Amino acid sequence: MRNDTALITEQVLIAPDIMRMELETEIAADTSCGQFIQILVPGYFLRRPISVSQVRDNCHLSLIYRVVGDGTRVLSQLKAGEKLDIFGPLGHGFPVIDEDVVLIGGGVGIPPLIETAKRHISSGHHVTAVLGFASESQIFAKEELESLNAEVIIATLDGSCGAKGTVIDAVHAHDIAKETTVMACGPLGMLKAVSAYFEHGYISLEERMACGIGACMGCVVKTPEGDTMRVCKDGPVFEIGKVVL
Amino acid sequence: MDLRVDLPGLHLKNPVIPASGCFGYGREFAELYDLSLLGGIAIKSATPKERIGNPVPRIAETPGGMLNAIGLQNHGVDYIVEKELPWLAQFDTEIIANVAGATEEDYVEVIRKMNASPVVKAYELNISCPNVKHGGIGLGTDPKLAAQVTRMAKEASEKPVYVKLTPNVTNIVEIAKAVEEAGADGLVMINTLLGMRIDLKTAKPVLANTTGGLSGPAVKPVAVRMVYQTAKAVNIPIIGVGGIMNAEDVLEFLYAGASAVEVGSANFHDPYICPKIIEDLPRVLEKYGYQSVKEATGRSLL
Repeated sequence: MRNDTALITEQVLIAPDIMRMELETEIAADTSCGQFIQILVPGYFLRRPISVSQVRDNCHLSLIYRVVGDGTRVLSQLKAGEKLDIFGPLGHGFPVIDEDVVLIGGGVGIPPLIETAKRHISSGHHVTAVLGFASESQIFAKEELESLNAEVIIATLDGSCGAKGTVIDAVHAHDIAKETTVMACGPLGMLKAVSAYFEHGYISLEERMACGIGACMGCVVKTPEGDTMRVCKDGPVFEIGKVVL
Repeated sequence: MDLRVDLPGLHLKNPVIPASGCFGYGREFAELYDLSLLGGIAIKSATPKERIGNPVPRIAETPGGMLNAIGLQNHGVDYIVEKELPWLAQFDTEIIANVAGATEEDYVEVIRKMNASPVVKAYELNISCPNVKHGGIGLGTDPKLAAQVTRMAKEASEKPVYVKLTPNVTNIVEIAKAVEEAGADGLVMINTLLGMRIDLKTAKPVLANTTGGLSGPAVKPVAVRMVYQTAKAVNIPIIGVGGIMNAEDVLEFLYAGASAVEVGSANFHDPYICPKIIEDLPRVLEKYGYQSVKEATGRSLL
């Protein structure tokens, strides 16, 4: 974990309100799948936590994020060649396990699954990625995952592409066994459904954060025993059943 | 350049102290830099029993700052004495224990339990929290109640007691004078300003707690004003806090009458901000013609 001035090498719109930003930074060398970095957006006080979608090599990171407010809008307007103050890598990401896995992502929850897919595939495992979107026009990351040799299954709420309905509808439609280890990131409702269906696996949570390193207790989640975990430091990835959604 | 500051119980090698609640017990920041660089550390509030804090969201950004409503989440004084204070002993920095409670007796209980720790050099009473015995109003908003909790804390304490004042009052000088008279060894000011943000899509408050404490550069002029007014009226030292982002801000607080400063939410903006300020402070003091921190303190009061 360190502070670095990263160079933006590319920034492109890949779907409505979805940006992909490529950064040149030494932080890449220490970054694992499912971890995040904090970005100081010029003119804003708190850093924006953004998950890492791919570690390209020891000095290049790829981020995919959604423009949700003023801060991310300013971030999206930065151009290749500009510098960015970043801090990371932060948090505990997805484990890389010695078996085939199913990755489930909803919308802007998909990015951390891309590096997770890459690491499992490169260690010889089959990766099924179930991606949920509102409609066909919103789809991103499909080609990126396919180019990594993941099997991609699409679900759209309006049925305009792939299975009609949620990612869980797609899981049923494709008879994905509940015994498979799942790794998921997406909206709370999706994470609850994934946790209810699969017997074991990991989920990545999102919360408003301040420090990003576990000091301020701003982004907490409860365990079934009533203890507190910090999303930024103990997570963002937790084993299913270890936190109350 | 002489950065040293001597205050009741606190022999600070420099005037920069991370503020309570923004730094935990230092464990996370110790992964980033040597905590012995710091003048001191105001550790997270201790209450008699564990507190689970408020629901999330607890954090919201604001122009020039942020709102927080953590809710004094902590493991309780016994855990802090057993696990956190011994760990902090390894650092050459002055530890200030922030004490909070829902009744005056809570403050006394926490202080009694921490008295035996050689790590704690002074207490800082957080009197901004709602008090259950007095209809939920903060002890810090009433001069009589503020004086009473200060007196009780002083009687229980074997170390100097600083009182951290809330700015959410009509006349902070009146509160400051009341706690000085009650025996406070020093003041820490200011705590956060009560604020609120509303989500335009849902028309609901952004924070689950509805309201929260505003901090960051936006509050700095309020803090400087309050330190200035108070420094003119009291004879005990003031530790200034509120929106400090750099060494120039430190000098501004020194001018207003602060002897040292606490740096709070700026630690979230830049986790290395405290050592950066300490490194830059000699340059800024020299630029404005000072050979020491002490020389600059109260300059604007002359």
